[in-house]
Amino acid sequence: MTSRQELQVQQKRELETKEETTVPARTFLPTADIFEDEDALHVVLEMPGVEKDNINVSVREGVLNIDGRLDFSKYKDLQPLYTEYNVGNYSRSFRLWSAIDQNKIGAELRDGVLSLTLPKVEEAKPRTIQIK
Amino acid sequence: MITTFADPFDALLSLQRALDAQLSSDWLQDSTASRGGFPPINLFQQGDDLLAIVELPGIDKDDLQIQAKENTIRISGKKAMAFPEGVSVHRRERIIGEFDRTLSIPVRLDPSGIKAEYRDGILALYLPRAESDKPRTISIS
Repeated sequence: MTSRQELQVQQKRELETKEETTVPARTFLPTADIFEDEDALHVVLEMPGVEKDNINVSVREGVLNIDGRLDFSKYKDLQPLYTEYNVGNYSRSFRLWSAIDQNKIGAELRDGVLSLTLPKVEEAKPRTIQIK
Repeated sequence: MITTFADPFDALLSLQRALDAQLSSDWLQDSTASRGGFPPINLFQQGDDLLAIVELPGIDKDDLQIQAKENTIRISGKKAMAFPEGVSVHRRERIIGEFDRTLSIPVRLDPSGIKAEYRDGILALYLPRAESDKPRTISIS
């Protein structure tokens, strides 16, 4: 056995919501990594094919919403011959447990990967309590 | 098949339908060395030529190698990322590792004309059909 690990294909998961969308097309969940350090919550999402201007990130009532729209005009005049994955818009929401400073949310898109930095508000940061 | 994109809202749906319908297509049959392997590939026809669209988010361009020989394309590389030290990981869905995939296309290609473009996590391979493979109109004398 070699230590090399072959990558497996991840099947795209479809978004399931209570409400239906007005457009009958399918929407997929971007795969996500979430980690936290003392100052911020970091959310990393894979949204291949989505351009910077077509991403919408918002925090409302403690819920982080990420939407990415695919520019499907690139698929114009293309006839599928052989396909292994489907394409669609991306959408995902996370309920946040710690208070986020909305004005300082940072977002960076690189190679189809969106990295969000959600800084915690001062009160939510861990602090060491001095015992007198 | 996609014919027109008259209604912008219907365009995505019809594209998705077309992709779904092609999922069971046997166009390549057993000719791919590793069907279902990573990365997933969609192959389209664009006029006479072919266009392969590969979903590869988060790859460093330097970690990606593409080789072409006759009608075979090899896509190999590695996908790497690491969490910074001292963080607590809540959710881990993205996968990392190495990949190596060979795609044989049942059409003769012009290897010198193959172009690759990597943008927004999508690798597009322009695969021009070899001149000798293009259909010719025979004029009747």
